[in-house]
Amino acid sequence: MPEPPTSSPRTRKFRGLVHIDWDRCKGCGFCVEFCPPKVLALSEAYNTHGYHPPYLTNEQGCTGCDLCGLYCPDFAIFGVRVPLETAEAEVPAREG
Amino acid sequence: MKANPAAVLTGPHFLDGDQACCEGALAAGANFAAGYPITPSTEVVERFAARIPTVGGLFIQMEDELASSIAILGAAWAGAKVFTVTSGPGFSLMMEHIGLAAMTETPCVFVDVQRGGPSTGLPTLPGQADMMQARWGSHGDYQIIALCPNSPQECFDLMIDAFNLSERYRVPVLFMMDECVGHMTEKVLIPPADQLEIFPRRYTSLPPAEYRPFKPGPDQIPEMVKAGDGYRFHITGLTHDERGYPAMNWRAQDKLVRRLVEKIRNNVDHIVRYEERDVDDAEIVVVAYGITSRVALRALQMARAEGIRAGLHRPIVVWPFPEKRLRALAEKVKAFVVVEMNYGQMVYEVERYAAGKARTVLVEHGGGTVHDPDDVLQAIREVAR
Amino acid sequence: MSTAPVVEPAVNPVEPFLRTDRMPHIWCPGCGIGTTVNCFARALVESKLNLDKVAIVSGIGCTGRVAGYLNLDSFHTTHGRAIPFATGLKLANPELTVVVYSGDGDLIAIGGNHFIHAARRNADLKVICVNNFIYGMTGGQVAPTTPVGAVATTSPYGCFERPFNLPYLAESSGAVYVARWTVFHVRHITRSMVEAFNKKGFCFIEIITPCPTLYLRRNRLGDSLDAMRFYKQKSVIKNGANTKDVDIGFQSEIVVGKFVDIERPTLLESMDQQLRQTLKDRYAGPGGH
Repeated sequence: MPEPPTSSPRTRKFRGLVHIDWDRCKGCGFCVEFCPPKVLALSEAYNTHGYHPPYLTNEQGCTGCDLCGLYCPDFAIFGVRVPLETAEAEVPAREG
Repeated sequence: MKANPAAVLTGPHFLDGDQACCEGALAAGANFAAGYPITPSTEVVERFAARIPTVGGLFIQMEDELASSIAILGAAWAGAKVFTVTSGPGFSLMMEHIGLAAMTETPCVFVDVQRGGPSTGLPTLPGQADMMQARWGSHGDYQIIALCPNSPQECFDLMIDAFNLSERYRVPVLFMMDECVGHMTEKVLIPPADQLEIFPRRYTSLPPAEYRPFKPGPDQIPEMVKAGDGYRFHITGLTHDERGYPAMNWRAQDKLVRRLVEKIRNNVDHIVRYEERDVDDAEIVVVAYGITSRVALRALQMARAEGIRAGLHRPIVVWPFPEKRLRALAEKVKAFVVVEMNYGQMVYEVERYAAGKARTVLVEHGGGTVHDPDDVLQAIREVAR
Repeated sequence: MSTAPVVEPAVNPVEPFLRTDRMPHIWCPGCGIGTTVNCFARALVESKLNLDKVAIVSGIGCTGRVAGYLNLDSFHTTHGRAIPFATGLKLANPELTVVVYSGDGDLIAIGGNHFIHAARRNADLKVICVNNFIYGMTGGQVAPTTPVGAVATTSPYGCFERPFNLPYLAESSGAVYVARWTVFHVRHITRSMVEAFNKKGFCFIEIITPCPTLYLRRNRLGDSLDAMRFYKQKSVIKNGANTKDVDIGFQSEIVVGKFVDIERPTLLESMDQQLRQTLKDRYAGPGGH
């Protein structure tokens, strides 16, 4: 029987996390658009500059691929892959 | 520190001003030049292109003067000692980067072998009509230093001074030759390297975390760095703060630009240089620079023979102009006779410093050839009356 | 949403490359320049270059501001003259990896002459040209890359001049590496940058980027997200394509890819070899620092 893909929730040892610099964001929407598992959305809340920064809609769905970080023109978001053991205690952080 | 013997062509030579200028640059330690051909300056870089590969360094002919004038700045920030060479039309093209060099305090020398102007003018014939442009040619407020040789020997000697001044004051220094001096051939004595004093570039010894690229020392001049040493510094032509970062406000403007002006103004006494002859008892002083000063000497000879007490004041550093000396002379002489190969440029400086205490007369000439000494004599006679 | 603190000290991969004391940057919401900077940072990491020996030279314009934001030896020079400055910098210290990071107007209009000569000479420069089809910083004037028919402030009734085909210009001038991507192609951009850093000679990477405030808005092309979707949809990867055929029309298909990757001696190599050959042991070298 072939090995299940490593991103399958049953077998993966990592999970993804995004870190969002709330006030750097200018609400361009690239991260939301290009997130492969589509787990980002722009929030209803405003940051101090009047933009809607993103948030993680499904914490389990993030793979930590960091494509959001690669696209973000404002350096306001990046994704990391965190080992599951340490990941359990964390939630995606909102900084600032 | 002393000059590098490998670069110094010690001995007596028969050279023209252009060639002597090149030897002066080499003796000063110049190891990078970029240029573009323009009469009557081309020989300087032609000689450099032939000499530098055997001394150590390089020359590149760029696609135009715009490129030449900034390629040298790039090389300077990589640690090279740099200069470029041009004449009137190229000088105009280089103005933006003379300004950039002044703004970024990059040590460099720009040689202008002046020819008849304006525009294409008289490519193969002398002029002295870029003098004000040397001072004010780029936009904005800044100060430069400009030297004016009057012989091939001075083309050698003063080039070394030009480089030393540019390193000491972190300022572009303009070497204002003219086609006559550039193309006249005379004896040039090049001394041994250990008799030539070279002012070394003032690199900082501070570690990167403490270093601020534009934080001045007590003499108002910051220490320098070069690319590749881990300083991760920023250089911009925008008005900047001590970190070198753009600071677009009037306070930063005043702080920076005032210092760019003052670092020369406040050190004027160390920078100014002139030569005088027979001024002790003179009632008329002829003011002339470059090749014109040699024509003036002939006129002075004739004037003295007629019993007119005339002397010569020859600015060697023309910018900053020898204000103090002119003011002092104005107190005791009847008149200044300013002889220049243009329709009036440095005469305005003389007149200003004469401050009405002595009459100022211009003996003008459009260039294309030197003054007739008789015309200078005639002017001297008229003010002597 | 909880504000529980992060366990591990996570840092944005681009952060070590930024002059954080100068953040936030001045680029507009949706401007693609920042995205290219992400690619650049990752490319620097991947190519394992000694960052102390990387110098970045910019000209004037929105993209020209990149030099000021990066924590490298950086030079913000005059309009159009980044390339000759960089040429002097590299010749005087060949140990440096010299990157020229500037915009289409700066590099190709006022800088056009320097561009073609540096390519002709094969000066060892990595030229990243962020092409947004417009002069952004000064308010949206027409550029030599503006597609025919597009509106700009100095061609308010539509641009009527045929624009440059930049890869063709670069190749015909002598560039040894020519690639074009849109800013949608983040991974390809990064890879191209790594290839350019590891390659000797004049390397040219054009990155088509949205200027939402001026080009997109004046031409009613929506916002940056619309542009990114457009790039995704309308770009066609044709590695090795003939650069003659990669013109860009107004809202046309965009051919992207790596078009040229050849070898020839760099400016310094040619100079060195020629002088060595001619002068033999009288040759004292180019005097590196």
